[in-house]
Amino acid sequence: MSKPSDLVQGTLDLLLLKIVALEPLHGWAIAQRLKQVSGDVLQVSEGSLYPALHKLEQEGWITSTWEIAESGRRAKFYTLSRAGRKALERETANWERLSGAISRVVRLKEV
Amino acid sequence: MRLLRLLYTLPLRFRSLFRRDQVEQDLEDEFRDHLERQVEASIARGMTHDQARYAAMRAFGGVEQRKEECRDMRHVHFIEHRLQDLRFAIRQLLRYRGFASAAILVPALGIAASVALFGFVDAALIKPLPYAEPSRLVTVFGIRSDLAAGQKRGSVSYLDFLDWRQRNRAFGSVAAYDVRAGFLLETTTGPERVPGLRVTSAFFRTLGVRTLIGREFAADEEGAAAPPTVLISYAAWQKRFGGNLDVLGQTITLQSPWLGNAEPHVVIGVLPPDFHFPMAQHAEFWATIRRAQACWGIRSCRSLEAIARLGNGVSVQAASADMTSVLEQLRREYPDHHRSPEVAKLVPLRDVMLGDVGRVLTMLLAGSLLLLIIACTNVTSLVLARTDSRAREVAVRNALGASAPRLVLQFATEALVLATIAAALGVLLASLGMRFLSSLLTADMISRMPYLQGIGFNPRLIVFAVAVTVVVASVFTLTPLARISVSGTLVGLRDDSRATAGTTWRRLGAHLVVAELAVAVVLLVGAGLLGRSLYRLIHVDVGFNAQQLAELSVIPRFVRTTTADPKPDAGKEQPGVLARRIAERIEAVPGVQSVGYADLLPLSAGLAPTSTFWVTGRASEEQLPDDWPVRRISAHYFATLQARLLRGRYFSEEEVASVRPVMIINESAARRYFRSADPIGQSIALGGAASPAREIVGVVADIKDGPPETPSHPSAYVPFDQPAFALAIRLSQSEQTFLPTVRAAIREIRPDALVGELTTLAERANRLPSTSLHRSTAWLIGAFAAIAFVLSVVGLYGVVAYSVGQRTREIGVRMALGAQRRMVYRLVLGEAAWLAGLGTALGMICAVTAATLMRSLLFDVSSWDPATLLGTGLLLLLAALLASYFPAHRAASVNPIEVLRSE
Repeated sequence: MSKPSDLVQGTLDLLLLKIVALEPLHGWAIAQRLKQVSGDVLQVSEGSLYPALHKLEQEGWITSTWEIAESGRRAKFYTLSRAGRKALERETANWERLSGAISRVVRLKEV
Repeated sequence: MRLLRLLYTLPLRFRSLFRRDQVEQDLEDEFRDHLERQVEASIARGMTHDQARYAAMRAFGGVEQRKEECRDMRHVHFIEHRLQDLRFAIRQLLRYRGFASAAILVPALGIAASVALFGFVDAALIKPLPYAEPSRLVTVFGIRSDLAAGQKRGSVSYLDFLDWRQRNRAFGSVAAYDVRAGFLLETTTGPERVPGLRVTSAFFRTLGVRTLIGREFAADEEGAAAPPTVLISYAAWQKRFGGNLDVLGQTITLQSPWLGNAEPHVVIGVLPPDFHFPMAQHAEFWATIRRAQACWGIRSCRSLEAIARLGNGVSVQAASADMTSVLEQLRREYPDHHRSPEVAKLVPLRDVMLGDVGRVLTMLLAGSLLLLIIACTNVTSLVLARTDSRAREVAVRNALGASAPRLVLQFATEALVLATIAAALGVLLASLGMRFLSSLLTADMISRMPYLQGIGFNPRLIVFAVAVTVVVASVFTLTPLARISVSGTLVGLRDDSRATAGTTWRRLGAHLVVAELAVAVVLLVGAGLLGRSLYRLIHVDVGFNAQQLAELSVIPRFVRTTTADPKPDAGKEQPGVLARRIAERIEAVPGVQSVGYADLLPLSAGLAPTSTFWVTGRASEEQLPDDWPVRRISAHYFATLQARLLRGRYFSEEEVASVRPVMIINESAARRYFRSADPIGQSIALGGAASPAREIVGVVADIKDGPPETPSHPSAYVPFDQPAFALAIRLSQSEQTFLPTVRAAIREIRPDALVGELTTLAERANRLPSTSLHRSTAWLIGAFAAIAFVLSVVGLYGVVAYSVGQRTREIGVRMALGAQRRMVYRLVLGEAAWLAGLGTALGMICAVTAATLMRSLLFDVSSWDPATLLGTGLLLLLAALLASYFPAHRAASVNPIEVLRSE
């Protein structure tokens, strides 16, 4: 019920890692950034976002700290860890291989 | 790499597990922060505060659900939930004490029974015998091929044995022991009767037993010229020699009572502590066959039993074939002593030792497993009913955010808690039960079944206990799970959803009850058959009156013939004179009605010497080849036993006193040797044409000489002529008060005579191995059956009562529409009768099959015994009707108005 139908399965982790890799962000900002960068194409519901973040944290790929945000409010910021960077590289390579393959299939010309 | 990650992630896990408040607070703060930002963003886009807040909440979904999902992502959650479930389960069980105690006690009983019996099965069937490579050990004997079936032991004469030993090519080693067990040991306080055996020199080599200290018999320590040596058991070493090492080389004076001669024997070795040989009950002394005693020099006097170790790579079949050819050679060489062709039979020593015990134990284990099945089934229905009654609770918790797996796991935890407690209790009860059952074993039984000593927990038993526990636990755990998945997530907030759930359960519960009843029928029929068989065994016609008949064995002190006898009259006594004098003296004791004596009294497991019956005046081809026991008796023996004389007369005093060549035969012998002709006046030579012909003076009705379950067989009785004897004393009062008087009377005549225990024959019949084994089996299976019966009837009551509860509304409607109360009774009782009938019918089929398997354990009762089957069926149907009467009554008392009003 909370699975994002608009996201290819398993790619949410990759997206989150990538966004957090650019700069430490809190949950809400991650969702906003994802929407913004993808030109409103990719939307992630809170229902998937937070469990995914917590999972990544338990995996040791991102770490979290409570910091004072730009508005002066405390917020939980997520940062990419070393293990997370490696995971990101792996996931990215996977994704490129997969999407490349799909693209090639899709571009086949009908004879 | 993985290790490094573990190093990193482990603290996180610990944090989640042990700093839960902090983690929860973080989660709360994070979500609030998110919502606030969302609201701010929406207000910035022009929404009102309320609108923004509402939208944010909607987008977020249930905050609690999101939290739960995040918690799930922290894997420790699993452990945390299990701990929660555990606490909840224990709270639940404490709250529903009735349910909990039933659900724990019932399977605990089943587990206890099966584990305890497995302990016995393990000790008897799985634990190896204390010999080297016991699987290669066999008993060897020759037997007529038409009599071979079912025989496990058979005897051989010493001379034949010597030829077997020399000629066989199948055995690595072969040895024999004389079945006439026991010695008289001269001690400082006088002669003492001690258990022991005479064996051939290779006996211990054949068994593969090494002495603890000293050496075993050498090959030249057997036979006429051998020096007298003796091996002693570990127990005898400790008890009689204080465990001193200087026991070797010491001399003890031993006598075989039937040899009539005491001799000094040199102790040459001590046997290991775990050594036992069940055919010799707790034997302390082991001597060899050495003097040229009469029987050992006669080829037709079969007093030994042989054991052998199969040669390397030789199968039992090959060895039997080889030995059969040896038997055939001997028959050609000594036709007088081997009338009928015999085949060699080899039986694994283990089978011989276990006898019926193995089968009995297997049956009891099967019985206890059936009980366990019933117990589990019963508790399963109980758990199911409770699962159902908690449908509403489940529905509420589901609505409040508990996921289906979470609910399932929580039910499983409860079941697991029940199963674990039940198993722990069961194992505890099992160890108590084993101790209790072992304490029931008499010393006599232990000596016959030494493998049952030291019964207790060992690795095999623990593996079995764990396996049983796992099975019980999975049954408990899987049932509610299956139930939950049957009806989805048991959504049961609406009241009428109970109706559908009820139907499912009713059907499943009904199946379970049918199974339970069927298993109960199997156990009841088994118990019934064993009970009847026991009754028949106890009340078998033994051919004499065993009530108020006492038995007393008397062995006169050593009759020294090798050295000068200190008592002039003792050594010169004619055999049998002492017995007659003592009998006459005891007859004078007030309260004694009559006294008889013989070498062996009836109902004894002991073996009387056997002989062929050679009817005088018939050609040697007409003579029957079989051997039958011959007992030596006094003139008043049969009168004292109150046997039934069919023809002729008993012996006269004079005939016994001068040991005349006369004999009395029993009914079976008369039928076998003379058919319808009158045997009185005919003659029989015992052992062959060369022996003196004995005139038959009487025919007596068959007397059970051996255990009561043995079939009748021909027997002959001749005048008594032995030194040792057993008195049969017919009493008019209670036997115990007699012993001192009787002892004093015997001491008057022979102060040094060895007098045994005074027992009544009725008492001894009860103590016979077959009877006591039968009795304990019948009692145990009876107890299992009783428990199974109660459990299944309670189970039936449960199903019917539940079904009535479910159908109250239906019944109310029916009654409102004009149904009679009678019809309601019929409805409910009919359902119960259908279930009980189905269960009984199924059970009968299984019971007859099971009874066929245990046929060999039954005495004089067929596995089809109609009375038992009918009785069981009736009992169960009656109990079923009774169990369903109360729910039926409740159903019939339903007030239709009230029911309809509650609609």
